[in-house]
Amino acid sequence: MSATIFIAQNVFFYLIAATMVFGAFRVVTTNNIVHAALYLVVVLAGGAAQYLLLAQEFVAWVQVIVYIGAVIVLFLFGIMLTRAPMRAAEPLDNDLRGWALVPTGLLAAILVVVCIDAYDDATFGETGHAALRAIRTGEVSNAIFRGYLVPFEVVGVLLLAALIGAVVLARRD
Amino acid sequence: MYLNQFLLLSVLLFCAGVYGVMTRKHTVLVLMSIELMLAAVNLNFVAFGAFRADVVGQVFALFVLTIAAAEVGVGLAIVLLIYRNLHSSDPDDVDVLKG
Repeated sequence: MSATIFIAQNVFFYLIAATMVFGAFRVVTTNNIVHAALYLVVVLAGGAAQYLLLAQEFVAWVQVIVYIGAVIVLFLFGIMLTRAPMRAAEPLDNDLRGWALVPTGLLAAILVVVCIDAYDDATFGETGHAALRAIRTGEVSNAIFRGYLVPFEVVGVLLLAALIGAVVLARRD
Repeated sequence: MYLNQFLLLSVLLFCAGVYGVMTRKHTVLVLMSIELMLAAVNLNFVAFGAFRADVVGQVFALFVLTIAAAEVGVGLAIVLLIYRNLHSSDPDDVDVLKG
């Protein structure tokens, strides 16, 4: 495995990762609720780009269509329908700001230690395959409709239940 | 590329989501933070799938995506209902169970 192949990938990884972390930071700190939704778009688009870097095409485009296309629109609907203040006079954070950093930092420390301990210098392409084998959509559909047919159907029923539940909850009567 | 690059990015996103859930004062923003955590988990699934050169990571990432969409739909319906009944979207105001 020559390391030179990965230079471009590494450069793009760190660029996208920095954008995603900045976006995530702004989602949880910005004072403008519409901006929070738009920063969430940045994070999710960055995620889709990371999936493409990992040569997992299908889930990347599903992320773009479902998350950026549908979920963000739902969020904007939610913002409009609750008549959220577009430019809040008071901050949108509660007074736990300082205290919340303690469990967050603790969790981050534990997870970082666990990740480094478990996968210290594991690189892609170790499992005997060529580095980052691109997984084609056909393989994904074969896996879903052969090995994971029952979970797929269950998720379909769950989605239907959520659809009906959302309509029942939100309609005026 | 190291697997850890992706795992640590995912840790950062997840912790940002946890922080947001604890500090945000608008329910829609809390839901957005939950989406952040789900996106972090999805990144883990896809990274491990690529690491093992296996399709399973992608399949489960798709299931997570579906359930996240369902969760947002029901969650926003509940937020709307709370807003309609309490005229507030601050989760701290939903304390009618407090004795």
